[in-house]
Amino acid sequence: MNAFLNHFSFEFRTGIRNKGLLFMTYLFPLLVYFLLGALMTAVNPYFRDTMIPAIVIFAVLSSTLLALPATLVAARKEGIYRSYRINGVPATSILVIPSISVLVHLMIVAAIITASAPFIFKAPLPVNWLGFLAAFIMITAACTALSLLIGVFSTSSQMTVLWAQVIFLPSMILGGLMVPSSILPKALSPVGLLLPTTYAMRVFSGLAYNQPVEGGVLFPIIVLLAGTLLAFGLALYLFTWDAPDSRQMKRMPLALLALVPYIIGAIFL
Amino acid sequence: MDNIVLSVENFRKTYQSVVAVDGISFQVQRGEIFGLLGPNGAGKTTTLECLEGLRTPDSGKLRVAGIDPAKQFSQLRDVMGVQLQTSGLPENITVEESIRLFCSYHKIPPSYDLIDRLDLGQKRHAQYQELSTGQQRRLSLALAITHKPKVLLLDEPTAGLDVASRVSLHELMRELKSTGTTIILATHDMAEAEEMSDRIAILLEVKIAATGTPLEITASGAGLTKITVRTQNNCLKQSGLTFPAVAQQSIKEEYIVYFSTNIGATVSAIIAAIDSQADTLIDLRIERPSLEDRFLEITKIGSAQ
Repeated sequence: MNAFLNHFSFEFRTGIRNKGLLFMTYLFPLLVYFLLGALMTAVNPYFRDTMIPAIVIFAVLSSTLLALPATLVAARKEGIYRSYRINGVPATSILVIPSISVLVHLMIVAAIITASAPFIFKAPLPVNWLGFLAAFIMITAACTALSLLIGVFSTSSQMTVLWAQVIFLPSMILGGLMVPSSILPKALSPVGLLLPTTYAMRVFSGLAYNQPVEGGVLFPIIVLLAGTLLAFGLALYLFTWDAPDSRQMKRMPLALLALVPYIIGAIFL
Repeated sequence: MDNIVLSVENFRKTYQSVVAVDGISFQVQRGEIFGLLGPNGAGKTTTLECLEGLRTPDSGKLRVAGIDPAKQFSQLRDVMGVQLQTSGLPENITVEESIRLFCSYHKIPPSYDLIDRLDLGQKRHAQYQELSTGQQRRLSLALAITHKPKVLLLDEPTAGLDVASRVSLHELMRELKSTGTTIILATHDMAEAEEMSDRIAILLEVKIAATGTPLEITASGAGLTKITVRTQNNCLKQSGLTFPAVAQQSIKEEYIVYFSTNIGATVSAIIAAIDSQADTLIDLRIERPSLEDRFLEITKIGSAQ
């Protein structure tokens, strides 16, 4: 336990010292928050209603998908995992500790957004704070698990960018962050349901704002939880200390199984 | 037999169809410094990685302090310290944090004495990215020995170190040896291997080509001793002068260099020749074959075959 806490303490402090992580976790999301808040509330006044969860989810996407996978690939390439391995750092710590660290950093960002949005943009506050926290943790866990998986199966930082963008860009456009999923063209709705953000927006709506959710709030919760567990389990299974050899590379397509809960969600919703 | 801390028996490892190590065997005793030499691709790194538990052997038996590295990895890290040739630490971790982090995983209280011992005292709060290559290597060594392992694997430990750091590292190695730590030293530096190792194994083309003490290995070669001579009037440069037991000779500036199979016979004849020519001996040097000479000889024979 002492080792775990020590490692977490170091990882958290590193997050603050690392300019790249600091930018993707704090500066970029907060900058987008102010720009998007000013622009979207002027264009679409109804954006205010979903602004807090939408911007919080954007921050989650930015600090997980856009930052975490490349960090994992770089650490593996630079032999950091080798050093960890010979000194007894378990693979679970390598995956779990950065995830918790990201969660703590994101809590700070989410607190800044939630505390300032009502004053700056007249965005409504959540009515159920516990539900808000639960929804926040769920989407952070789902995106972190996917990011870990991308970091584990990618062989280069360029590949992490590609895979992260496959989730990030559609999430921004089709995931209900900018415009509600309900007004998307019918042909694009199923694509939106393949993304964790669509389910996260529904969970925020149901749990944090006590709004009615199509098909109930339990289903998106189950999809997010199943997606998290599957992606994390696969990340742990596919984890390699060094660049994967040809035998390990053959297993990497298994990573696609992480999409199964979202595919099932798209079929049933 | 109880004194044997590390043993490798018929160890073989392949990567797909490529044989990396082919049935090698050696044993290392407690408190011994064992040098592992060989050109690139000879199988050194594979052997080390299997001993470190980072790779699994295809066949053979490897034991480190009675532990099977492939099957008892968590026990292995308590008895073994490793300074990898290619390893790293997070760029933002400080020297002190890295010691604290790894000590906590070894379940021991952090000890910072080694930082001072390895001249990193003033860098205690510096981040890894701020350290020079030599300082990074020294930190890596400090992390490898902080839990006082029974066996220490050093892969090119002096690469990137300046002369003072190198001497300091060698002193530390002797100190560890005197406390009973067994050290496996993989190096390309023949002078270091000759000076530090009690015994050496030379790996060549995935097999052990020679093994023994540095003296045994150097003595087992062609045994050509280098005799370098300079006289006042350069009388030895006259053509037609031949000496017994000289296998080859060459001229280097004012010196004549002879390679002899019998030092006594050659040197006596050279001195007699100088006297008979009424010349004066200015400089005479006798150098026995070094480990490097023998290593080159072995690798040359290996590649010729």
